Amino acid sequence: MTTQAGSTQASGTAPGTAPGTAPHGHRFFGRLWRGRVVTATIGCLVAAVLVGILGIVAGSSSLSIADAVQTLLGAGTRAQNLIVLDLRLPRVVGGLLVGAALGLAGALTQTFARNPLATPDIIGVTSGASLGAVSAIVLAGGGYSVAAGLLSLGLPAVAAIGALTTAAIVYGLSWRGGVDSYRLILIGIGATATLTGITSYLIAKAQITEAATAAQWLVGSLSGISWASVWPVLVALIVITPLALVQSTSLDISQLGDDMSTGLGVAIQRHRLIVIVCAVLLTAAAVSASGPIEFVAFVAPQIARRLAKTGRPPLLASALVGAVVVAGGDALVRGVLPGEIPVGIITAIVGAPYLIWLLTRKSSREGTA
Amino acid sequence: MTAHAPTIARSGAARPSTSAAASGADGVTPPALEARGVTLAYDRAVVFEGLDLSIEQGRVTTLIGANGSGKSTLLKAFGRLLAPSAGSVELGGRPMKSLATREVARRLAILPQKPLTPSATTVRDLVSRGRHPHQSLLRPWTPQDSTVVDTALASTGLTELADRDAGSLSGGQLQRAWIALILAQEAPTILLDEPTTFLDLAHQLDVLRLVRSINRERGATVVMVLHDLTLAGRYSDRLVVVGEGRVIADGTPWEVLTPDTLRRAFALEAMVIPDPSSGAPLIVPVDPE
Repeated sequence: MTTQAGSTQASGTAPGTAPGTAPHGHRFFGRLWRGRVVTATIGCLVAAVLVGILGIVAGSSSLSIADAVQTLLGAGTRAQNLIVLDLRLPRVVGGLLVGAALGLAGALTQTFARNPLATPDIIGVTSGASLGAVSAIVLAGGGYSVAAGLLSLGLPAVAAIGALTTAAIVYGLSWRGGVDSYRLILIGIGATATLTGITSYLIAKAQITEAATAAQWLVGSLSGISWASVWPVLVALIVITPLALVQSTSLDISQLGDDMSTGLGVAIQRHRLIVIVCAVLLTAAAVSASGPIEFVAFVAPQIARRLAKTGRPPLLASALVGAVVVAGGDALVRGVLPGEIPVGIITAIVGAPYLIWLLTRKSSREGTA
Repeated sequence: MTAHAPTIARSGAARPSTSAAASGADGVTPPALEARGVTLAYDRAVVFEGLDLSIEQGRVTTLIGANGSGKSTLLKAFGRLLAPSAGSVELGGRPMKSLATREVARRLAILPQKPLTPSATTVRDLVSRGRHPHQSLLRPWTPQDSTVVDTALASTGLTELADRDAGSLSGGQLQRAWIALILAQEAPTILLDEPTTFLDLAHQLDVLRLVRSINRERGATVVMVLHDLTLAGRYSDRLVVVGEGRVIADGTPWEVLTPDTLRRAFALEAMVIPDPSSGAPLIVPVDPE
């Protein structure tokens, strides 16, 4: 073993690095803060705020950015209050929260499976939530009051049951003394096909009005969103985000493989269970509020990872990119494109080619999530 | 190793510490690791049944055996990566199952055969993860952790490469980075599963000399699995030959590496002569007539 004499100092010895700067980041309060991650997260936060303001301005009624900010601060006219606070704000906040939940859920599943393809949409969780929600819409079959009650409480619960059941089955079937991410993805694709089939069957058998509601909901749109459907997403994010952040060191360690993780003292089964349940509940909350908005959970963490230049998707930045994508997409749909196009169509049109690009790249250079 | 002091003190509060037991009335040092009546199986295919094996502290013990003999399986059981279906594995006299996994990680480090190299991670970041068992939400990173990581990088000759991306390292450098991570873990017992695989001879020697210096300078107990019998003999205090679900031979390299054992365990016809450089047994295969 050759040991370099007298070169035991800390960082700064690498050529091209100014002395005293640690290129891997700084430690505050004992935690490592990589400069690039902090910058990316703050940048995404600013972008989310800007997109939120744009989302309030965008639409048929003309509002200036100054009007919007003024109204938000409580100094708007009665008409401005109606447009901003009652009509646009729930939609914009809903878009931001749904996007954040999907982005965070995607970051969690992609990291735990060590594969960017392992997202809630692909491993069947989203379709499980959709089936739960659609069966609630269709089978409830009642008048508007029942449906309204359902939207605030029942729908998230049923969607969560559908998502959790699917996750348990897919995870159970793909278990081989460890997670094999390709097995997880393949079984997830099978589960998605089955669940989509059952959902279509339910819609085909349903009354025309419920079928129309369910079909519209399935596209993934923020047009029907109200404060009642935003609350569950907010609660889910407030409860789950800290739980997920506590897992971030374990997520880092788990990138070294299952055996190494156990060797380093990570209770890997418990860690995985926490991560999956967090991701599934976030997905269920998001899906029950807006319907399945495709590809956000897949795209947002990958964008965040490239912005932050990290080995795995950074959790907060992924959530913020998700928020920007959904709320931004919705603002685009309302402000620029003619007619009321559901945002889910836009994310699918943009997200699917990105998936194909990533797949073709992955076959040439095998990398981790 | 002063850094081990807190661990020993902590275990000492619960039970007599290893050093106290060593100077006890019987004067016997408890084994670092002990398998008692252990049965190991994958999907009901039994590899070992009722196996007893104890690993003494402060020595380099190497498990050898033919392909499929179960040497890696046994190492996994010692590293609690595989739970025995019967019997128990004890770490420093306590059943492994009774210890929290983080507690085990402070006393026992394991380098598996194929750890995954994370992307966009510097060598220093990678090695820093070895400090995980010593940290918690309430006890985050301290300057002492940085010192331990720097020492681990220095003793594996990686100080110059600390800020390089781990993915850009050569095979030999990467293996040293993994060993540095294990060193940063500061566990008194270290398990290595085929640490020389995929390395050329010079880098194999590099790794094994490093392992020996860890044993001699840090007093670490080392248990490893190796394929190369001559290298195993040269760098180990004790060899354990496994096969057919049991221990076939166990002893010093000269006791174990005999033509008779090689024939039984490896179906290998060979002469064993003293290596002119180190005096360790050198295995010279004999071609059939």
